[in-house]
Amino acid sequence: MSELKHCLQKLQNSGEKALGIFVTSGFPTIAATGPILEAIDAGGADFIELGMPFSDPLAEGKTIQMSSAVALDSGVTMDYTFEKARIFKEKSDTPILLMGYVNPILQYGLSNFFSSCQSSRVSAVILPDLPHKTRLSIRQKALDHGIDIVYLVAPTTSNDRLTAIDELSEGFVYAVSMTGLTGTSMPDKTVVMNYLKRVRSHVRRNPVLVGFGISSADDIKTLTENIDGCIVGSALIRLLEDVWQSETLSESDRMNRVTDFVRELKTGTGPVRKAGSARPVASSQ
Amino acid sequence: MKSTAHTSPFLSARGYDMPDEDGYFGEYGGAFVPEILGPALEELTAAFEDARSDPDFIRVLDDLLQTYVGRPTPLTYAARLTEEVGAPKIYLKREDLCHTGAHKINNTMGQVLLARRLGKKRIIAETGAGQHGVATATVCAHFGMQCIVYMGDEDIRRQALNVHRMRILGAEVRPASSGSRTLKDATNEAIRDWVTNVESTYYIIGSVVGPHPYPAMVREFQAIIGRETSRQLTLLEGRAYPDALLACIGGGSNAIGLFYPFLDLREVACYGVEAAGEGIEARHAATLTRGRQGVLHGALSYLLQNSEGQVQEAHSISAGLDYPGVGPEHAHLKDIGRVTILTATDEEALEAVSRLSRLEGIIPALETAHAIARVDEVATGMSADQSLVICCSGRGDKDMSTIAEYLSSRDE
Repeated sequence: MSELKHCLQKLQNSGEKALGIFVTSGFPTIAATGPILEAIDAGGADFIELGMPFSDPLAEGKTIQMSSAVALDSGVTMDYTFEKARIFKEKSDTPILLMGYVNPILQYGLSNFFSSCQSSRVSAVILPDLPHKTRLSIRQKALDHGIDIVYLVAPTTSNDRLTAIDELSEGFVYAVSMTGLTGTSMPDKTVVMNYLKRVRSHVRRNPVLVGFGISSADDIKTLTENIDGCIVGSALIRLLEDVWQSETLSESDRMNRVTDFVRELKTGTGPVRKAGSARPVASSQ
Repeated sequence: MKSTAHTSPFLSARGYDMPDEDGYFGEYGGAFVPEILGPALEELTAAFEDARSDPDFIRVLDDLLQTYVGRPTPLTYAARLTEEVGAPKIYLKREDLCHTGAHKINNTMGQVLLARRLGKKRIIAETGAGQHGVATATVCAHFGMQCIVYMGDEDIRRQALNVHRMRILGAEVRPASSGSRTLKDATNEAIRDWVTNVESTYYIIGSVVGPHPYPAMVREFQAIIGRETSRQLTLLEGRAYPDALLACIGGGSNAIGLFYPFLDLREVACYGVEAAGEGIEARHAATLTRGRQGVLHGALSYLLQNSEGQVQEAHSISAGLDYPGVGPEHAHLKDIGRVTILTATDEEALEAVSRLSRLEGIIPALETAHAIARVDEVATGMSADQSLVICCSGRGDKDMSTIAEYLSSRDE
């Protein structure tokens, strides 16, 4: 069982929701990524998604587009990202996932890529532009190296597709909260929650985590009621942008802000319910 | 070869059966897009398959192509160019005479009918030179539909005339200001818009690029170029096919439109010309010539990219060819050796604009001029009784300021 699966299983058993934090590798500076990963970990993130920057990130809103462009301009490479993951994993048991787009990993070579994942102790890979039906042997190569491929679903995904994607996905199923880009503000939460209930009822093999547009402990508390956790990305990137622009802050001030931010988000994940009361009750509250 | 007078745009080439049901041309193609769009692409594939076998759809499209677009376009014998080149007989397929000035409207007319069939009211498009944007704005005006066109900042500057045309036609032109601020970035923005508004919106892609079914669908709507050529050659030459075909390739829609009906006839040589920009060793847009396999905008094809798989900026004086990707079918046709890929530089394209203008009284678009620039090489070894058809994909009015700017900076 991968570190990611093990981690999510443990949380599920204790009735606690998972909090995944996304950060772009090499943003806001090359030197910052190592300390930022540690600061996120110190705040209590259950896993970290390290973004592999790509020149043409189709699913990203302005914030993550900007962070990817900054990282690429400062010379971030795939090997740099693996190095940061490896060094982080020497000191932490928190699972690391990589998130990015298909083309850079094709150029790196699929076998090379997944063996580097293995040697850097990366648990899983998320590729928003990887369709569940494809000729590329990405999923098989990942499985051969013991790496999970997390597939995404969206509000437009039919029930049949949900079932098909659940069959392929390993680790969890990533439920995109809305038809939109990362960092878009959350629409009516009732609509999102109804959609997540539908996802939950058709995804039977995997935990379900929600992402896109989540920025507060309150969002997390509400949206994870019927599912297993959530992922926050753009909100952290915006914080990093702010604190790095503020010249009066020292390095440790900045890292404390990151840790505090994650710690505050983590208050939204419980555990709040005793066994037996986890089932949603329509009349409650 | 079919030489019937049937005008259906949906006859396919015999003996050439691509893409397969998953949208692959050999190893190229596919649909590498966020899951949000997956169901919409399946819906579009089904609607397209349904439409292409619906006599009513075909009749309506045929009628619009004749009475609104101005088809069939002439096949013009280029007498003085033929004389200067020597041999073979050179014909120009006059897509420059389509309404709006280029072949792009063949596709936008087909796709807007599909959008209506799907009940979509909001249309988005990307554009480079602005020809596809104008062609989209035009059909949207014709049908009273909302139209938003994404265009790179740099292209908005160098194709100002087409920006004015789109606005007069009632379209909103939204600048794409990331990256190289050209066609690639406009396409990113259009896809992001579609991800956000997929329920209400139809995305009219302007070339044989993007996820399945777009490369196959745009090809079908453009194949009327080759089918008319075949009928017209039958009358002019007594034979339904030429000895050689020549077209420029950016994304590759005019080229595939001309080539497709002849792909099963091995005796018809096909030549595609890419933009070599400032030179093939300098900044260029010659994706098939210098690119490697990669995924951009939803398809696996050839791609200009660095060793890390980051997409590189293309360069061409012609905004319509200034794109680091290319249609997946062209990647396949190059690999199997069915199409020969050549290149022409900015300078050579400019000379070709002058040459065709002076010899034939036809000012071609800068895109088209890349094909014209290689006519002597293609003609080498051909005889006077043979024929060569060049796709005159667009007219050069839109490029007058670019050409003037280039010439004055060169003369300084």
